[in-house]
Amino acid sequence: MVRRRLGPAMIEFRSVTKQFPDGTVAVDSFDLVIPPRKTTVLVGSSGCGKTTLLRMINRMIDPTSGSILIDGEDTSGLAPVKLRRRIGYVMQNSGLLPHRKVIDNVATVPILNGVPKKDARARALELLDTVGLDRSLASKYPRQLSGGQQQRVGVARGLAADPNILLMDEPFGAVDPIVRAELQQETIRLQEGLGKTVVFVTHDIDEAFLLGHQVVILQKGGHIAQVGSPAEILANPANDFVASFVGADRGKRVLRIERVDGRDVVVDENGTPTGVLQP
Amino acid sequence: MKWVESNLGLVWDLTLTHVALCIPPIVIGFLLSIPIGWFANRFRVSRGTILVVLGLLYTIPSLPLFIFMPLILGTSQVSSLNVTVALTIYAVALMVRSASDGFGSVDSDILQAASAMGYSGWQRFWRVELPLSGPVLLAGLRVVSASTVSLATIGSVIGVTSLGYLFLNGLQRTIPAEVASGIVAVLVIAVVFDLVIVLAGRLLLPWNRGDRSARATARAARRRAVLVAEGAS
Repeated sequence: MVRRRLGPAMIEFRSVTKQFPDGTVAVDSFDLVIPPRKTTVLVGSSGCGKTTLLRMINRMIDPTSGSILIDGEDTSGLAPVKLRRRIGYVMQNSGLLPHRKVIDNVATVPILNGVPKKDARARALELLDTVGLDRSLASKYPRQLSGGQQQRVGVARGLAADPNILLMDEPFGAVDPIVRAELQQETIRLQEGLGKTVVFVTHDIDEAFLLGHQVVILQKGGHIAQVGSPAEILANPANDFVASFVGADRGKRVLRIERVDGRDVVVDENGTPTGVLQP
Repeated sequence: MKWVESNLGLVWDLTLTHVALCIPPIVIGFLLSIPIGWFANRFRVSRGTILVVLGLLYTIPSLPLFIFMPLILGTSQVSSLNVTVALTIYAVALMVRSASDGFGSVDSDILQAASAMGYSGWQRFWRVELPLSGPVLLAGLRVVSASTVSLATIGSVIGVTSLGYLFLNGLQRTIPAEVASGIVAVLVIAVVFDLVIVLAGRLLLPWNRGDRSARATARAARRRAVLVAEGAS
């Protein structure tokens, strides 16, 4: 296979508007630069257009107007099917093909790209290691796996063609909190290790702050309420909407220092001690 | 029993003829139904019309349809093509609903995921939609198979040889053993066809084994197809 040289994968939205046939304007003149090799999280309540934005990157949805650029190249000039094969995609409920064994699910995209089956499968086995799954699961069907395991397979599949962009659409929304916490840590580890540009969609602000180098808080119609690092947003919420969304207005995330036995103990909004301040 | 012993050769020949008469309509009907069913499912507006028209087709009584076939096809009265075409029409009428249900039973999340992976429309149809609608398609095919095997007997009335000959001849000459052996032979063919389809399903759809929800979907689809067949007869 002739590999095209992939750039660092900077994604740019330039006054992108999406109006659906039924008249709903999901996204209205949206501008955003997604920095390469970082995690950008689009966060907002349902109906804010975050999934629409994500799906416009790999042309699952085409914008009504405006353009989306990857490393300066307008995606509207690229064939959608080819574009999708070089962008990883992980969705809620894993979206695994139920009639394909785990290993074949992971090998899907490389095989579509023309990699010989044997090589694609060998690589798929390595990817199971990467996402922390036992190789013995390779010959099982997706429904024989737990929800968390399926989600890991979904991540492995998203990484299989070694894309430089990974789109994640509420990937951990349907797994229990303990597994979710594990998967979140795994995502951070993978992103740091592999240096992919990750675009992550969630409605959970805690998840957004945990994973995002850049967090984009969205209001209805894809309007950006605030863009910044978690620290910037916490230090200086742009408006009441952001303050309420991150919980600052309810005193959430406000930590106090209490002096106990000569040491500084950090206490959260409920008065629960959460740690000791290092001198 | 004496009649059966002395006419085993005849029963066997008629059984083979009957099988040969049934296989083309089942196979062609199945193949034709897949694109029509896909279309009916994909374009919801057309679904109602297509299903109603085809449902009505199945309600046409078989004997008049067999007799009218030569007028439509320009074939001779005794050509077996008349029966083949008429049985194919019935097969399509029954099968399109199952095919449409089958394609409708595929989880839209999975189709979205397949597109996001980079399957083209054509690849997605062959490698995802068709295999995943397999359980429901086969459920429909089982009903079509049973229906075709029984309807083919009526061909004998218009002179197209099938096991129906044993019914006509046996009744005319009041030989109960002849009628009974015809019934048994038709049943055996129906059961064998059914087993072949079920086995093919096991081989072609290995992921489906032990999947309760998929089996339930298939059972429900088979019941719907049976209802269509019963409602018409």
